[in-house]
Amino acid sequence: MKVIKVKNLVKRFGKLEAVKGVSFSVKEGEIFGFLGPNGAGKTTTINVLCTLLAPTEGEAIVNGFNVIKERDQVRESIGLVFQEPALDDYLTAEQNLRFHAYAYSIPKETLEPRMKALLEMVELWDRRKEKTNTYSGGMKRRLEIARGLLHHPKVLFLDEPTLGLDPQTRSRIWNHIHELRKKENLAIFMTTHYMDEAENCDRIAVIDYGEIVALDTPDKLKDAFGGDVITIKTEDNDKAVSLLKNQYNLQPSQENGTIRFTVPHGEEFLPGFVSGFPIRLISIGLHRPTLEDVFLKLTGRAIREQEADQMQQLFKRRMRMRGH
Amino acid sequence: MKKFFHSIWVIAYREFLHFIQDRARMISSFTMPVLFLVIFGAGFGKLIGQMMPGVDYLQFMYPGILAMTVLMTSIMSGVSIVWDREFGFLKEVLVSPLNRSGILLGKATGAAGIAIMQGVIMLVIAPIVGVSLSWGIVLGLIPLIIILSIALSALGLLIGARMRSQQGFQLTMQLVIFPMMFLSGIFFPLTGVATWLEVLSKINPVTYGIDAIRQVFLGSEVAGVTIFGHTMGIAESALLVLGVGIVLLIGAIWSFNKQE
Repeated sequence: MKVIKVKNLVKRFGKLEAVKGVSFSVKEGEIFGFLGPNGAGKTTTINVLCTLLAPTEGEAIVNGFNVIKERDQVRESIGLVFQEPALDDYLTAEQNLRFHAYAYSIPKETLEPRMKALLEMVELWDRRKEKTNTYSGGMKRRLEIARGLLHHPKVLFLDEPTLGLDPQTRSRIWNHIHELRKKENLAIFMTTHYMDEAENCDRIAVIDYGEIVALDTPDKLKDAFGGDVITIKTEDNDKAVSLLKNQYNLQPSQENGTIRFTVPHGEEFLPGFVSGFPIRLISIGLHRPTLEDVFLKLTGRAIREQEADQMQQLFKRRMRMRGH
Repeated sequence: MKKFFHSIWVIAYREFLHFIQDRARMISSFTMPVLFLVIFGAGFGKLIGQMMPGVDYLQFMYPGILAMTVLMTSIMSGVSIVWDREFGFLKEVLVSPLNRSGILLGKATGAAGIAIMQGVIMLVIAPIVGVSLSWGIVLGLIPLIIILSIALSALGLLIGARMRSQQGFQLTMQLVIFPMMFLSGIFFPLTGVATWLEVLSKINPVTYGIDAIRQVFLGSEVAGVTIFGHTMGIAESALLVLGVGIVLLIGAIWSFNKQE
């Protein structure tokens, strides 16, 4: 069964077209990832799917309900973890969960065991009586995941679930996500710009400038890449690039003094290449394509370049929130 | 309909929870009015005695401070919707199945409820600071406090629903709350002041709320606000504030639903 069906979804803000007609569907129990740089339309799509924004055109169905006409049913079917914490810091973890339970009209009999199970899963049961302003970023995110699941949603939306968290916390959150999928048969729709995280998804949609440029399993995306990635540094990169283009019929790209290109069967290509290349090589490397390479090829730029920018923004926002 | 009332209750519940758990706010809710009462009372005591012979300064100030407490609390709680937005919590509320108008009315109920609690605290303080109260006065004051707090919470919410950042908050304080407070006759009687001041104070709906409260308190010793040659009685002033409150509340709901 498909829990999310999106057809030609368009969202415009005035003249700006943030989402330009995307179509995809998410199956029950699937981890579906939206991979793309900042401003690609990931969060806008999530906001449309969770009824925070009305689409300009197109159709979106969540758990069989239309996001425009059946908002309340959609809202009851979904759980959400936002990019930025959305907890009430004046309340304790438990009070935050209780507020959520009231808002979703969860009956008391089911609430108590559910709350305990979820808080134990995210390892916060012992600290449930503490106000959330004493929590670290990772703890807050875990609490929000527990909260998002409290009302047994069919789909859990995770908008950059590990943004700004340290590696240990990130892997811990991923363990929770995998555990969840096993236990609840729940579809997870997530956005990320971490390539290694996207590997955890069953299927990935690569989105750029509001359009889906590729949609497949991580393995198939890499297979479709067309061979292995070779990176070289030479004494004269510009000359090497034109040589690779004209004589080797390759499509090299240059970034930070490194030339990279793709060849089928890289191991067999290398020996002949090294002995025959006329410009002196400083270094040479070969690797199987990663999602980063796939992304680079599809969009023509590295996602890392934007990441620094995004972290900076996040930092500024946090500072402002503290009143600095 | 059930969902609508449920939404109001859930949101109001959170406001009360905040009020009860925030110690600093609880303490300041006592100290601020008492401080004003003591300092302004000592400062203006004699002056007011000269302006309104026969009226005890404390008896004049107390209803004003009571109204001020209600005013500050209501507007502040209403504007707190900006905080919810800034700290992201509003999103959690907005994606829940709660009814939009119910969310706003819940906020208003919470804000008004807290303001009423503050008002009651003030009534409890009264005998301690030497203000004489009778049960009749208390019974007359409570509905007025309720009306005033609903109207002012609605004003706070209307501002809060349109405001995007906390920076606007300070501006609101200076451009809305303080002028409303000073132009309402809380601190000094509005009889015999400059014409421009008189006109401004008569546009200010808070003036009527305070006037009604003061009339309940001091009885016929003070005359009501005169507007176009008509002197407003307690009921008339109360109805006027209620009317303004309903209009503001509808405006706030409309503005909130439109933007979110």
